[in-house]
Amino acid sequence: MTALSRTRYFLDFAVSSLLRRRWRTLSLILVYSCIVALLGSVLLFGTALRREAATQLSTGPDIVVQSMIMGRHDMLRAADLDALRGLRGLRRGEARLWGYLYDSSAAANYTLMANADTAPGEALVGEGVARARKLEPGKLLFLVSPAGKFLKVRVKSVIAPKSALISSDLVLLNEADLRAFFSVAPDLYTDLALFVANPREVATIAQKGAIRLPGRRFVTREDLTRSYESLFSWREGLVLVILAGAVIAFAIFAFDKASGLSSEERREIGILKAVGWDTSHIIAQKLIEGGLVSGTSFLIGFILAYAHVFLFRAVLFEPVLTGWSTLYPRFRLTQEIDGLQVTSLALLTILPYVAAILVPVWRTASADPDEVMR
Amino acid sequence: MIELCAVTKTYNAGRPNEVVALGATDLTISDKALTVFAGPSGSGKTTLITIVGCLARPTSGRVVLNGEAVSGLPQRFLTEVRRRTFGFVFQRFNLVRGISAIENVMLPAYPIGTPHARLKTRAMELLSSFGMAHRAHFNVEILSGGEVQRVAIARALVNDPEVIIADEPTASLDGERVAHFLAIAADLKARGKTVIVTSHDPRVTGAATVDRLVTLADGRPADATP
Amino acid sequence: MIAHPPVLALVLASTLSALVMVPTFVFALRLLARWDPSSGNEEQLKLEKTTYLVSTLVAFVAVVELASLAAFAFNADRMAVLFVGAMCAVGTLNASSYGFPTLVAKIAVFFAAFVWLVLDRTDNKGRDYPFILQKYWGILLLALLVVLDAALQLAYFLDLKASTITSCCGKLFGDAGLGAGAELAGIEPRLALVLLFGGLAITIALSFGTARSRLMGRLLGLASPAMFAIAIAGVISVISVHVYEQPHHHCPFCLLKREYGFFGFLLYIPLFAATGSGMAAGLLSALPARQSLSDVLPPLLGRLSILTISGFALFGGLSLWKIMASRLTLM
Ligand SMILES: Nc1ncnc2c1ncn2[C@@H]1O[C@H](COP(=O)(O)OP(=O)(O)O)[C@@H](O)[C@H]1O
Ligand SMILES: [Mg+2]
Repeated sequence: MTALSRTRYFLDFAVSSLLRRRWRTLSLILVYSCIVALLGSVLLFGTALRREAATQLSTGPDIVVQSMIMGRHDMLRAADLDALRGLRGLRRGEARLWGYLYDSSAAANYTLMANADTAPGEALVGEGVARARKLEPGKLLFLVSPAGKFLKVRVKSVIAPKSALISSDLVLLNEADLRAFFSVAPDLYTDLALFVANPREVATIAQKGAIRLPGRRFVTREDLTRSYESLFSWREGLVLVILAGAVIAFAIFAFDKASGLSSEERREIGILKAVGWDTSHIIAQKLIEGGLVSGTSFLIGFILAYAHVFLFRAVLFEPVLTGWSTLYPRFRLTQEIDGLQVTSLALLTILPYVAAILVPVWRTASADPDEVMR
Repeated sequence: MIELCAVTKTYNAGRPNEVVALGATDLTISDKALTVFAGPSGSGKTTLITIVGCLARPTSGRVVLNGEAVSGLPQRFLTEVRRRTFGFVFQRFNLVRGISAIENVMLPAYPIGTPHARLKTRAMELLSSFGMAHRAHFNVEILSGGEVQRVAIARALVNDPEVIIADEPTASLDGERVAHFLAIAADLKARGKTVIVTSHDPRVTGAATVDRLVTLADGRPADATP
Repeated sequence: MIAHPPVLALVLASTLSALVMVPTFVFALRLLARWDPSSGNEEQLKLEKTTYLVSTLVAFVAVVELASLAAFAFNADRMAVLFVGAMCAVGTLNASSYGFPTLVAKIAVFFAAFVWLVLDRTDNKGRDYPFILQKYWGILLLALLVVLDAALQLAYFLDLKASTITSCCGKLFGDAGLGAGAELAGIEPRLALVLLFGGLAITIALSFGTARSRLMGRLLGLASPAMFAIAIAGVISVISVHVYEQPHHHCPFCLLKREYGFFGFLLYIPLFAATGSGMAAGLLSALPARQSLSDVLPPLLGRLSILTISGFALFGGLSLWKIMASRLTLM
């Protein structure tokens, strides 16, 4: 009971002590929240992108089959799909035709893909493409192939950004248009997409398929998830390592604030010790102050990060994390917060702060109580 | 009763700026009396009362408080003994700025965790007894010198200590306030408190209410009137 | 190394803890050599002042280690997508030979810090520094553990490579598998339950005697870590399968997932608290009796044993409830 009311007194005193040094507290909270907001944005954005990719992959094929020549990607034939028909557990397979086109006028890469539902002379475009070329339904889109061929198509609609991360740079065309544009022989395809009835059998089917089609690469969705995951983790980690400099600078700032006490503050602590506060009481009170500052800054920083990533679409990171700069999707990321991200953020920001102030706090708290007599 | 046996205090021992602030001192301070430590500036008065009041530990020797040797106690117990037994009025009164008078009075009781309502009532009673009730919620920075002194004395009394220690309490006061301070000291003594005051102010050392005058010279009691 | 943000956070946490413990270790050596409470000289005063810093630092390390223990388990679960064959934390931990040793080291650090803090609080209640030397011998041990933990964890994360082929809980704890995990999973459910509830009964009985008998206290100190091991074995062999309602899913980590209502937390928090306080009570009973603590120790042991009793009872009760309520019947 007394321990509880003692803690309350320390808490009250900590609040009043922070308010008495309003400007210092505010400047500390300002810097601290910026650090939390910066790192928090990276973490939240990373999580959201990963989710975005997972959503995209979950609607995609279970297995993608590619032809390989000398370790490089090559075109497949329709016969390859026939060879796989009849594999037990295979629900559906389709041969896909798609490729990349660099558009020098918009300085952007498009993904051109054949689509069965698109009529000749028509196109569906991704949101990024529409933005880069100022397109809207009914307008004309001109494309120039590397070989100098022209293609003129009418935009039928802009693809709804369900999973904008991957569809943003997409242009869906009629198959015949696409073949003519790239001069691809009628029998050639980019890859095969296989759909499997039972997800547990994916690995088995990929193995069996590889026996039927030697020299082809079978990429399962799990492989893709894994490579996406490590891609994101790497980039995110890289950014965090770069931000380590900011965190260290912040820790030094905090250390400096905590050790460079004004003479008024020193006097105050001397008085408290002389009237009967123990070193441990001062430490407790100072750590409560640190806790209040950390809690407030973490909350503010986290809200800022959340707003930045989810309301303002992480505008500050577009070029860094995704890699497509022009066609970077203007979509709202699915909002998600998870405990591990919050804990990581807390460890990455609060921990350096507390570690930086521990020794200065102790040094302050162990001032000799007889000092005020001098 | 406070007994000091062969107590010494050396600052910066072993370094060129070594100071023996207190030579071997034996002293007994009796209860419920007004004791004054006199002596010129630098004679060791403050050093002596920091040791008597458990604010500092002697370099050697023993301090015995009501039969318990306190000089060898761990710091946190020394603090506890100090909180329980002593109330301090400092030379410059040393109130915490930026908070109210009543909060200043309550400060020494925070580590004890006295329930808030009870502590507040007690602080208010003390302030009223010094005629300061109307100033209780004022920020201490706007109080006058005499008011600050009264708040400081109220703060010294909040944990109901047996011993009140005041270091040069009259150094910056005019004659009227010195008389007022001496009246308060006499009143505390009458209420059964032990009062220890350091002073080189003849208005205090020569006062009639002083029970015992210990004069220090160069870190030793030169003569002691019993 | 996989520079995943939680990994960076964990490495930062353990590195800071180790950095904090290294000077503390050096200070402990100095204190053990020079401590002299009868002296009032400046060196002794300085040693005494620094003990406040040490207490604060160890409390800091304990909090950090507790947070990182939880984050470590979750992160392992989250990283499972990176490894072929991994479905949960077990797969990730298994992806490097340093995985499980790191987990064990983290648990050990947590218990050591917990017990040390209880010892510190006790010592601070005695007027003659009753256990100061024991405390600082303890610091030497704790510092070594913290540094070991940091080193193991760093080795583990450096060793992890995306697309490592690993085996997950299905293999590790599979009935048909080999090794300690499979052995545990293969324990006859009836035997596991007898061991679990028998052990709980004995440990709780010992806790009831701890405040009165030093012998009981010492036995509790030995029984609680043993009980911790038995409890984990019980989770692997019977409790988990009843929670998942799948006779072959023996994983102690999947319990922490949202799919199972975070039941793992309900189960593990009381278990850790009970084990820690049981070990602390054991240590306090094993240390020499001190006059200066004669008023303080009995109520403290009382509180510790209440924590032990309620923690283990909660663990037992929750397990029993899950087994009864489960649609799976093995017996
Ligand atoms: N913290 C300290 N460090 C070094 N010397 C000190 C310290 N405190 C006091 N002294 C010295 O000890 C002597 C006694 O000082 P003090 O007790 O303050 O005397 P008084 O209160 O009678 O003026 C003086 O010479 C002073 O300079
Ligand atoms: Mg003086």
